[in-house]
Amino acid sequence: MGSNMTNALSKLLETRDWLLADGATGTNLFNMGLSSGDAPELWNVDEPEKIKALYSGAIDAGSDLFLTNTFGGNASRLKLHDAQSRVRELNRAGAELGRELADKAGRPVIVAGSVGPTGEIMAPMGSLTHELAVEMFHEQAEGLKEGGVDLLWVETISASEEYKAAAEAAKLAGMPWAGTMSFDTAGRTMMGITSADLAKLVGKLDHQPLAFGANCGVGASDLLRTVLGFAATGTETPIIAKGNAGIPKYHDGHIHYDGTPELMGDYAVLARDCGATIIGGCCGTTPEHLAAMKEALETRPRGDRPSLDEIAEKLGGFSSQSDGTDDSGPERRKSRRRG
Amino acid sequence: MKAIAMSEDDDLILSDLNDEELVEQMFDDLYDGLKEEIEEGVNILLERGWAPYRILTEALVGGMTIVGKDFRDGILFVPEVLLAANAMKGGMAILKPLLAETGAPRVGKMVIGTVKGDIHDIGKNLVSMMMEGAGFEVVDLGINNAVEAYLEALEAEKPDILGMSALLTTTMPYMKTVIDTMVEQGIRDDYVVLVGGAPLNEEFGRAIGADAYCRDAAVAVETAKTFVTRRHNQMNA
Repeated sequence: MGSNMTNALSKLLETRDWLLADGATGTNLFNMGLSSGDAPELWNVDEPEKIKALYSGAIDAGSDLFLTNTFGGNASRLKLHDAQSRVRELNRAGAELGRELADKAGRPVIVAGSVGPTGEIMAPMGSLTHELAVEMFHEQAEGLKEGGVDLLWVETISASEEYKAAAEAAKLAGMPWAGTMSFDTAGRTMMGITSADLAKLVGKLDHQPLAFGANCGVGASDLLRTVLGFAATGTETPIIAKGNAGIPKYHDGHIHYDGTPELMGDYAVLARDCGATIIGGCCGTTPEHLAAMKEALETRPRGDRPSLDEIAEKLGGFSSQSDGTDDSGPERRKSRRRG
Repeated sequence: MKAIAMSEDDDLILSDLNDEELVEQMFDDLYDGLKEEIEEGVNILLERGWAPYRILTEALVGGMTIVGKDFRDGILFVPEVLLAANAMKGGMAILKPLLAETGAPRVGKMVIGTVKGDIHDIGKNLVSMMMEGAGFEVVDLGINNAVEAYLEALEAEKPDILGMSALLTTTMPYMKTVIDTMVEQGIRDDYVVLVGGAPLNEEFGRAIGADAYCRDAAVAVETAKTFVTRRHNQMNA
């Protein structure tokens, strides 16, 4: 790891055996009046008080680490809002607000610079080349670095090519990083990556992430099955679990996720038992959920690694029979050419 | 991506196969995303006197139905489906001008687009391709569509179906904005409204006033077929 040991996350991980990450960004910004279709990143400059309120929500609920409001802060995404020339500025602003609050917290709080997917399919299947993806991620990384983040936090990735491009951009920026994928399609990412595939990919990277794992996806049970898949590979890299607070429902003009704080508390403790070290929420996770997760992690003892049945019993069933890491899933069509 | 290991059948000669074997082999080749082989298969069937519409439905749509089923069941994933759709497009490029000449029947028409603020079009593109594969005419509005863009397209294209896609928690409520505007203008019931995207679910689709939520591209095709058939029956009743 070498120089990685000097960064804030590694230092904190030396003294703690679990960390509470943050919850949702979109859900919480909606509650503050963000309109559907608008770019949340513009608020880093236009509504800094609301972004501070977002970050404070996580810090005050006890999070040890929170993500900046920069998920869609790459040129490909900001182009929609004609803000592609403001990548560096918007990322720097989002990071600076976070840095300021973290430094005032009175305890170590990690500022993680959120880096979401480009939204494009990478070559050879799609048109986005590796070079261009690296360039976009690098531009964003430099803005986050200038704003003072402790590390880059790549999230909701589905393709291994994009994960690799982000790793390379982090290296170019000279930044430590962590990276999660979204396993939302029969236990895999939509590009077909299994939990075991990601663990293997992480092991092969030149610029290793400080932690890796899963975020978003479908429900807490699926996410924990994925964490069990990471742990089963025997990886020594810390595992991240950031699952949604239930599923989205529509009530009176806005979205509400149906997972209760109690359920997220159960989820947090189970995530730790499954082998996760950095535990947080994703869509629908409010400060109230985070406080319940913190309390559960602090007051409940560690348990044995749960079975899939135990997870299903406590958090609900899985979206698919197999997640692709065993041989119990349905098989591909046989073909004459492939034999 | 799984590499396709060529077996000793690598020297398979498509023109040596009888019609039934050839169609079966085209199912395999679509499944494996082999564009040149699909183009060759289409040309052989045309030479043998098959009507373009029969090739479309029996060979291409038939093959894509298998791909769609295995996508739905978590056996194939986006890369494999993109390859298959690409192979199908190769075959379609040959058939399209011929279909226009022969006045082949059309299953239905769909206008589709990703909502305002959302750039994600991977799922939406899959739906477009699978719908075309199933014989629908598709007008694709691309990404970042404001309500005005949808309404203009509905007016201009007069489709049977409006499809909307969103991948983000921050953009999915925009679908309701579009549907509410359609209701205000009294045109909501003129169209079948289908919605899709990773964060959605059936209940959400119902709550915002869509006709159906489609979990993936394969389900979208099945749902579209069901609704269009129902619509035609109603119109003919």
